[in-house]
Amino acid sequence: MAIEVRVPTALRQHTDGEQKVVGQGSTLAELLDDLESRHAGLRGALVRDDGQLHRFINVYANDEDVRFLGGLQTPLDDGDTVSILPAVAGG
Amino acid sequence: MLAQDVSQAVGDTPLVGLPALSPPGYQLYLKLEGHNPTGSVKDRVAKYLIEQAEQAGLLPGSRILEPTSGNTGIALAAICAPRGYKLTCVMPENTSEERRTLLTMYGVDLVFSPAEEGSNGAVRVAQEMAADDPDVVMPFQYGNPANPQAHYETTGPEIIRDVPDVAALVAGLGTGGTLTGVGQRLKEHNPDVLVIAAEPEYGDLVYGLRNLDEGFIPPVLDESVLDGRIKVNSLSALAATRELITSEGIFAGPSTGAAVSVARRVCTPQRLPEGSKVVVVSPDGGWKYLSTGAYDPGDLEHIAERLENTLWA
Repeated sequence: MAIEVRVPTALRQHTDGEQKVVGQGSTLAELLDDLESRHAGLRGALVRDDGQLHRFINVYANDEDVRFLGGLQTPLDDGDTVSILPAVAGG
Repeated sequence: MLAQDVSQAVGDTPLVGLPALSPPGYQLYLKLEGHNPTGSVKDRVAKYLIEQAEQAGLLPGSRILEPTSGNTGIALAAICAPRGYKLTCVMPENTSEERRTLLTMYGVDLVFSPAEEGSNGAVRVAQEMAADDPDVVMPFQYGNPANPQAHYETTGPEIIRDVPDVAALVAGLGTGGTLTGVGQRLKEHNPDVLVIAAEPEYGDLVYGLRNLDEGFIPPVLDESVLDGRIKVNSLSALAATRELITSEGIFAGPSTGAAVSVARRVCTPQRLPEGSKVVVVSPDGGWKYLSTGAYDPGDLEHIAERLENTLWA
């Protein structure tokens, strides 16, 4: 189970500067736990103490915001891509 | 269509079928907001913002201040100039050259915010300037209910009039005004309408090094209206933008390509019954993006890489 994760610049302090890291898990929560074992601090930057995703961060599984899928319980499969992007407004 | 002045010519834009780009069994329609007087959907918003300020007592000679990635500034300028309002726009420095040229021509005073802060930086700088100067009036499209109201009262009803059996709406997520206003109106018409946000995925420069605890979600965005949010990178947006030109004869900006790309993705029986009609909002035409190279000949991946650090939505 390999899932590629795009990490924004502001969080690369947790990934030795890497823009992309690879992890595994059958849900987003499992993936974040797996990543945390190698990239300490990443999970804490994404998930609040109450277990919800941080409001100003959007996490996408295969381009879709996980808030509209299953949140941290969003199922993942081998070959999926996950992207972490800061919220940006336009207009 | 006769208008007594340019502000009367806002809205009532064409809704055009996309027979060549519609997935089999589905019908896509594109709302061409580039047909507004200054060429973008923001004419609707600017008109509502200024008229609401006038009702609240805005006097000729006043100075308006607004953060914008460009289109709102141009639209405000066209409303403000003939009515005798001065305008200052705060814009990220990495917006297209055409936007700057147009705003300067309208006599707008431009203040640039750092590229690495994206449009959130423009919001920050404008808020600081407004706090320091009690004489300016900041309509603030990101937080002003007149923004979604413009869409609730004009864009939404136009769509329902033209395609009463609309099953889904796809629009870009900028301030959230279009999705909130049109989405609320369509859901009142039919609660089963799917409302999907198309969100641009940029390069690292746009997201910058910003502290993630200081993010910004526009207060006008009503997330409860959304049924999904799908991101689109510059390459997919560009590919769809070009397909619109070659297959449908429509010259639109990159955000339109992004929204069309998302619309095609949601046309699956798991999400929408076959036969569904999907309305996509095209916020603007391609004219203001020529200098970005988005339409230049050459390798699309190369062009997309250049585009991804420009705010194209």
